Amino acid sequence: MNQAADGEIIHFDNVGLRYGTDREVLSDVSFTLFPGSFYFLTGTSGAGKTSLLKLLYLAQRPSRGMIRMFGADAITLPRERLPALRRRLGVVFQDFRLVPHLSAFDNVALPLRVAGVPERDIVKPVADMLEWVGLGDRMPARPATLSGGEQQRVAIARAVIGRPDILVADEPTGNVDPDMAVKLLRLFEALNRLGTTVVVATHDVHLLQKVPDCLIMRLDKGRLSDPTGALRYPPRRRMAPAPGEQGEAEAGNGL
Amino acid sequence: MREAELVPQTRLSGPMPWVIAIMVALTVIASAAGLALHNAAAAASAELRGGVTVQIVEALPEKRAREAQAAVRRLGEMPEVGAVRLVPEQELGSLIEPWLGSEPDAVDAEAVPVPALIDARIAGEVTGARLAAIQRALADVAPSARVDAQSTWLKPVLDAIESLQWLAIALVALLALALAAAVLLSVRSALGTNRDTIEVVHLLGGTDAQIARVFVRATALEAAVGGLLGMLLAVVVVLFLARRFGSLGAGMVDQGALDWLDWAMLGLVPVVAVLLAMLTARLTVMRSLRKIL
Repeated sequence: MNQAADGEIIHFDNVGLRYGTDREVLSDVSFTLFPGSFYFLTGTSGAGKTSLLKLLYLAQRPSRGMIRMFGADAITLPRERLPALRRRLGVVFQDFRLVPHLSAFDNVALPLRVAGVPERDIVKPVADMLEWVGLGDRMPARPATLSGGEQQRVAIARAVIGRPDILVADEPTGNVDPDMAVKLLRLFEALNRLGTTVVVATHDVHLLQKVPDCLIMRLDKGRLSDPTGALRYPPRRRMAPAPGEQGEAEAGNGL
Repeated sequence: MREAELVPQTRLSGPMPWVIAIMVALTVIASAAGLALHNAAAAASAELRGGVTVQIVEALPEKRAREAQAAVRRLGEMPEVGAVRLVPEQELGSLIEPWLGSEPDAVDAEAVPVPALIDARIAGEVTGARLAAIQRALADVAPSARVDAQSTWLKPVLDAIESLQWLAIALVALLALALAAAVLLSVRSALGTNRDTIEVVHLLGGTDAQIARVFVRATALEAAVGGLLGMLLAVVVVLFLARRFGSLGAGMVDQGALDWLDWAMLGLVPVVAVLLAMLTARLTVMRSLRKIL
């Protein structure tokens, strides 16, 4: 995993965002994400979670402030260099954004194909990943024929298939049953233990209790508060999996 | 990567191949017309180049014949004159037959005197100075001789042909523009339809070039199918017209026949159309994608 020399992976400094001439939806947002950490981004509906995530996954440039990603200035970075940064991110969109004319298999394979991975190295990992999220028998299905929960699992599989440096997930468990929500969180944790920085936006407070040692960023009317001190202190780096957790880590690894 | 899968596959049953087919057919027909006119003009120019006609405009037949023979001899003595031929009276008769009829009694040779014609070839261009020199050389042996360059007779026709050639070139250029415009509109429409997919591919790290390749490939397929159909249609039309014009038996029209090089150039039209469509698609996509982050 690559990160800036001082250990930070993403740094926001006094970032503000407004759409058009409306009021700012994000104001004076400053924080640093460190490699291998697990963050929850919480806040009420309309607090600016999705806007902040859009800045994180480079779908939007801020109106002001500074963003540094993997040591590069994401504000002034030329457009043609953005794809390389984006390939280091995995994104679970709130509305899934599956490609409608592609099968579940091809949707999950998309990030690998975009990155130029040879076809022979795509089939097994994608099939394993879909198997793991419980969609092994739905590989040829188009998104329109999948339920909301199934679409969400395909979206998650697509986000993590490329083993990203950062996983950004917007309400990733919103459409799945509690058991599947826990299972997906375990997948995120497994990835996190392997070094992936995870940022999960959610308004489900019960979810926060299911991940020990998580760090919480709270947005309130576009401003960030810091209940766990995640933003002021470098968080404790997650350790390599204990022997008992090896199987779980490998499950994530082999996905 | 299997980029073609990023956007829904091209529907060849859509309007685009047919639009391209019509454009290519019209372009090939216009190009064929331009090439045929060029061939006809070139053949006529080559035939008339260096041609000089000497008319002996004398009413008395005996004197006209005498002056004509003397003029032929004098011309034959001139070094710059390559070939001299006195046009036989029978040939003259057939030339004026459409206007005066073919019956021997229909024309009173003395009432309607027909000039004697001498066809001469000189090396190089026929200039006004050279015509004047010939006129002077004939003045003492054939005072009623009038010397003309053959090319001057056909100059208005050749000028008209040149105008038609420019018209054909302009038509080809306009059709190329129309083809590019049609592709541009089609690609823009496809970009709009697949906007969500394109955004997702972008956010997954897809580059503009990767996305453009998908559209270029789809456009190339549509253009290739359309180009082939258009070429087939145009070949049928051109062969039909060639046959109809060929049956006229008019010398200048016959000389406008297309040779293998012309057909090879016409064969390039669909190839160029495909390349133009691909270029237009690529530029359109790249320009549109630059507007999004």
